[in-house]
Amino acid sequence: MNIDPRLNIIKERLRDVRRVVAISGGKGGIGKSSVASIGALILSKSGYRVGLLDLDFWGPSLDTILGIENIFPREEKGIIPPEIFAIKFISIIYYAGERPLPLRGADISNAIVELLAITQWGSLDFLIIDMPPGMGDATLDIIRLVKKVEFLIVTTQSKVVLETVEKMLRMLKDLKVPILGIIENMKITNSPFVKDWAKKFDVSFLGEINFDKNLETSIGNVDKLLETNFAHSLKKIMRF
Amino acid sequence: MHEWALAQAVVYTAIEYQRKEKLREIVELEIKIGELQQIDREIFEFALKEIVQLKKMTGMRVRVEKEEAILKCRVCGYQWSFADSMKRLSGEQAEFIHFLPEVIHIHSRCPQCKSPDFEIVKGRGVKITAIKGIK
Ligand SMILES: Nc1ncnc2c1ncn2[C@@H]1O[C@H](COP(=O)(O)OP(=O)(O)O)[C@@H](O)[C@H]1O
Ligand SMILES: [Mg+2]
Ligand SMILES: [Zn+2]
Repeated sequence: MNIDPRLNIIKERLRDVRRVVAISGGKGGIGKSSVASIGALILSKSGYRVGLLDLDFWGPSLDTILGIENIFPREEKGIIPPEIFAIKFISIIYYAGERPLPLRGADISNAIVELLAITQWGSLDFLIIDMPPGMGDATLDIIRLVKKVEFLIVTTQSKVVLETVEKMLRMLKDLKVPILGIIENMKITNSPFVKDWAKKFDVSFLGEINFDKNLETSIGNVDKLLETNFAHSLKKIMRF
Repeated sequence: MHEWALAQAVVYTAIEYQRKEKLREIVELEIKIGELQQIDREIFEFALKEIVQLKKMTGMRVRVEKEEAILKCRVCGYQWSFADSMKRLSGEQAEFIHFLPEVIHIHSRCPQCKSPDFEIVKGRGVKITAIKGIK
């Protein structure tokens, strides 16, 4: 017999988390982490209790976007996420720092299970998970381990991106995983193409975020981030 | 005290097993703790006892055994014991591995070819290796 006891405790750890939202999409560089981090900020500013989990182990970026430094979880019957901007934040950077982490699939899966099994989130309204691109270990594990997860899909209008997003949507539908909807990011034309395209899959098109040339200079500064057009559009999409 | 979280996982798993297998009682549980995670055995066993009491599983005898951690290089095939690498780790590095054993890939290298691409063959963390119960 060889039973992994961690799998049985994950449900308990997320018991008082009302909603778990995984920010996902077919490709890298389309704005998943931006939506996850700025979305978490907007929720927290609106008075919700928010947790933020970075599962992109090869390219964790939430700490950079939010300008997070010098915090570390407390140890008490597990690990207690440190709070920053009133957001409970967990990332592999606490243990890996800035160094490259060469992990294969089985290791990634193990590390995800470990973090989910030992993190004491407490009560939250939202746990936002920033996913790595695609349908690899992280995505399959979150679907396998977190039964109440809902996916929020980020895309751009590029056919190259839409092609992989389509595969993602088909898999999620096939596995009967709830999909909150699609956000179109980095919009540079007025084309309704993505909105129409989304109808094919019977998922809600939540809204669009234009390409925002001021986003880059606001990275690392939460007050500036919240003033960007990106944040204003995202607020509208989230109906705040 | 993140040992407590893992001990709780163990007891909850036993309870889940009891329910699934429709057992009247679980009488014995065998656990292996892998060396890589460097679990403080005393704290772990103390937490286990406390949670066993809390969950009224007091008929259950728990046996905890250590498992040696073995690493194997995927590039050159060399196999070694974590105990050897451990000597070269700083206190902080060892602590990071304690929380998340996979970060060993940052802090250790294959002693023969220096690759970080090695496999944790065994002895990573906590696992349940036997459960005995009565119907
Ligand atoms: N609407 C936007 N306008 C301008 N730049 C954006 C926009 N959305 C994201 N970016 C930038 O694109 C890059 C990738 O975004 P990121 O959120 O890290 O994507 P992902 O997590 O999908 O890889 C970042 O430099 C980010 O600042
Ligand atoms: Mg990202
Ligand atoms: Zn080697």
